[in-house]
Amino acid sequence: MLVVDDEPGICSGVQRILQRFTVSYPFMDEDRGFKIHEAYTGEDAIDFIKQSPPDIVLLDNKLPGIQGTEVLEYINKNNRDIIVMIITSYASLELAVKATDQGAYDFIPKPFTPQELKSAMENVTKNIFLRSMTKRLNKEGKEVRFQFLSVLSHELKSPLNAVEGYLQLMQERQAGHDISGYDQVIERSLQRIKGMRTLIMDLLDLTKIQSDEKDKKYEEVNLTETARGAIESINPYAIQKDVTVQLHGEEEVRVYVDPNDMEIVLNNLISNAVKYNYDGGQVDITIGRDEDGVRIQVSDTGIGMKKEDTEKLFQEFVRIKNDQTKNITGSGLGLSIVRKVVDLYGGRIDVDSQPEKGSTFTVFLPIKTYKSETTTL
Amino acid sequence: MSDKKKILLADDDVDYLFQTKLHLKQAGYEVIQAESQREAEEVLQSVKPDLAIYDLMMETEDSGFILCYKTRQKYPDVPIIIATAVASETGVSFGLNTEEEQRWIKADLYLEKGIRKEQLHKEIDKLLNS
Repeated sequence: MLVVDDEPGICSGVQRILQRFTVSYPFMDEDRGFKIHEAYTGEDAIDFIKQSPPDIVLLDNKLPGIQGTEVLEYINKNNRDIIVMIITSYASLELAVKATDQGAYDFIPKPFTPQELKSAMENVTKNIFLRSMTKRLNKEGKEVRFQFLSVLSHELKSPLNAVEGYLQLMQERQAGHDISGYDQVIERSLQRIKGMRTLIMDLLDLTKIQSDEKDKKYEEVNLTETARGAIESINPYAIQKDVTVQLHGEEEVRVYVDPNDMEIVLNNLISNAVKYNYDGGQVDITIGRDEDGVRIQVSDTGIGMKKEDTEKLFQEFVRIKNDQTKNITGSGLGLSIVRKVVDLYGGRIDVDSQPEKGSTFTVFLPIKTYKSETTTL
Repeated sequence: MSDKKKILLADDDVDYLFQTKLHLKQAGYEVIQAESQREAEEVLQSVKPDLAIYDLMMETEDSGFILCYKTRQKYPDVPIIIATAVASETGVSFGLNTEEEQRWIKADLYLEKGIRKEQLHKEIDKLLNS
């Protein structure tokens, strides 16, 4: 730390106060102390900074030669990492406020008590620490967001652990010798296995869409037909939940695509619309087209979600967790896969949702469509 | 007054919560359960547990770390275990692999979720009696 003040008293005072002072912080490996250097003019300060830039500069506003603000300007231009604290008299508080606008971290009014200086230094130290931590994390390419593989193994191991735990519980006859005492345990195990199967299916989808362009099998597909297939496969579940699923739009919307891709999009959107619906709810699917491409719209009357949730919805393994969703199983991959497919075709996916009212997912794909008259099967 | 030790158990996996709670109760602990970081924070407002066991990924991927930090702030002497199914063996670093990282994340212990309950009891005992 460099103290820049023309009053030697201030410099030595700071020395004295901070000599034995250390800052500790829960995330920090060890306590941090201060090594203090002094400069009596702005020119000296800049010379010092040029030679060995400190972490912190405690800068008096009023200096004999160039002013504090000029030193601040120099630091802003050349050593942006340095944290600058302005020392100022109460009379020039306004100036200090201006200095913080110009990039000073904070100011400390003169005269200050040892405690004021210490707490100011504590803040600064924490700030420096967090900055260096962020920098290091970025440098190592480690984002806070964990990498796909580790999350995946987490998602695969959780159900295994759960089922294993239940089996052990049964092995130890924790609920007695009557098998009916284990009904719930068995039910939960089956649920978890089902969830794991969904995840594996989704992973297969993911590898399918990530496969090389040359592995893609493009053919003519009637999207309305694909949607019917998707409705059919979700139908048992829809009946169970008493959800009505209706398909609107033209009988034939023919496009030249990889049929797998369209199945992925429609299956995911339609099954979500049923899954996150209320009992007795409604799902409307509209497949339309214009000269720019096709539009697939899936609306439900389900639980919906908040705006901030829609923003992270398409990330891998993101599931919106709340009381309403906690009993719905899902891999957290479906929509991220849908988005990947949509990206592949240069399209767009949007969501419009209102909590407790429902959600509408709209996929737009800029691909050419055919009418049945113009093509032959 | 019961002299049972109170354990705060936070996990969004209801099955893990159910099973672990059962084990801990059988081992003679009182268990307060929380299904999310938010719930755990609410508990911490009014209750000081003797020990806390946190899952890592709940609402966010680092919910467990945040809980650790908040618990440390409020109750510096409460030992904390992070129980996670995140695999270190994938070779993908997620922040616990080096000693340095273990130092800045303030938990006392990291446990793989698959561990046997006897081992869990032993670890808890160690932390409670240290």
